[in-house]
Amino acid sequence: MAQLDEASTVAVQPKDQKKINQLWRIAGILAIVTAIEFALAYILPRGPLLYFTFVALTLVKAFYIVAEFMHLKGEVKVLIWSILIPTIFVIWLIIALIAEGSSIFDLKF
Amino acid sequence: MATTTTKVEDATTIWGGGNAPLNASYGKLMMWFFLLSDAFTFSSLLISYALIRYSWPAYDGAVEDFVFSQEYWPIPEKVFDAVPLLHGVSLPLVFVGIMTFILILSSVTMVLAVEAGHRMDKKDVTKWMLWTLVGGIAFLSCQAWEWSHFIHGTDEGGLMPDGSIFYGANLTQNQYGPPLFADLFFFITGFHGFHVFSGVMLNFLIFYQAAVGVFERRGHYEMVEKVGLYWHFVDLVWVFVFTFFYLI
Repeated sequence: MAQLDEASTVAVQPKDQKKINQLWRIAGILAIVTAIEFALAYILPRGPLLYFTFVALTLVKAFYIVAEFMHLKGEVKVLIWSILIPTIFVIWLIIALIAEGSSIFDLKF
Repeated sequence: MATTTTKVEDATTIWGGGNAPLNASYGKLMMWFFLLSDAFTFSSLLISYALIRYSWPAYDGAVEDFVFSQEYWPIPEKVFDAVPLLHGVSLPLVFVGIMTFILILSSVTMVLAVEAGHRMDKKDVTKWMLWTLVGGIAFLSCQAWEWSHFIHGTDEGGLMPDGSIFYGANLTQNQYGPPLFADLFFFITGFHGFHVFSGVMLNFLIFYQAAVGVFERRGHYEMVEKVGLYWHFVDLVWVFVFTFFYLI
């Protein structure tokens, strides 16, 4: 019972409206970027230009999610780099497997 | 959040433990590294999609004249153009767009729950966790509908190599194009959907524990933050799946 009484005295700190507005703004940016991608799928003809734009906009969204929502921005530098540097393997895999894919294509057709 | 001691450590005792060089708790660090490894898994799936797509001929006619064929890779927006209650109307990407918005919204409610946790505001944490749960369940329901539509197929069906007509898709036959297209759809969106499902389970646990005051008694809401990281990651993966599976 003593524990319950103690729990009820926890002080709730006041809302930081600026911080909350900032979070909604980022959600707005993500929604707008998605809407742009959606519109571009209708407007631009399919081709390298469109694909490049899609990838660029995806990276913009990924940046906002990781930096702001997951708050990687606010972590110490060593932690940021130890998460970001290993993704270099992903870039290697993209290059390796796309080359492999076109090679399989040449063998098949 | 763990309070870091500002005690000055000399070089001989710094390896003795008791300090946090990355300024994050053990649980949070492990969540980050788990997510990094999960990012590798999802990258492998999406890059395998690229490999398999590159090893098939692309459709090279006008987009308007596109028809499903076993001979070439389909244009995804021609496959995913159905919306519930609007049978037979071609609305490319509309439903997937709605799903993306739902996930973004549930991500922002999650980050608001984390923010409320920092303020020790039990009422707000429970409120925002509940909204996050609603978003997650809505997303899963949308995905269930999309899978069901994909599996059952369109009214016309598609011509199989043996001359028969097949409706929808399974792991070996696919009206929309090469069977591998359906296999990759099931694996990639299924693996992501399973992550969303696990996320909903974890979110429910956090919602329940916040509501009954477990975190308040503990003195901090770090569990909300850790599960929040996982939930944002699920959103992050969907951003990539949306681009590489549906848009391109």
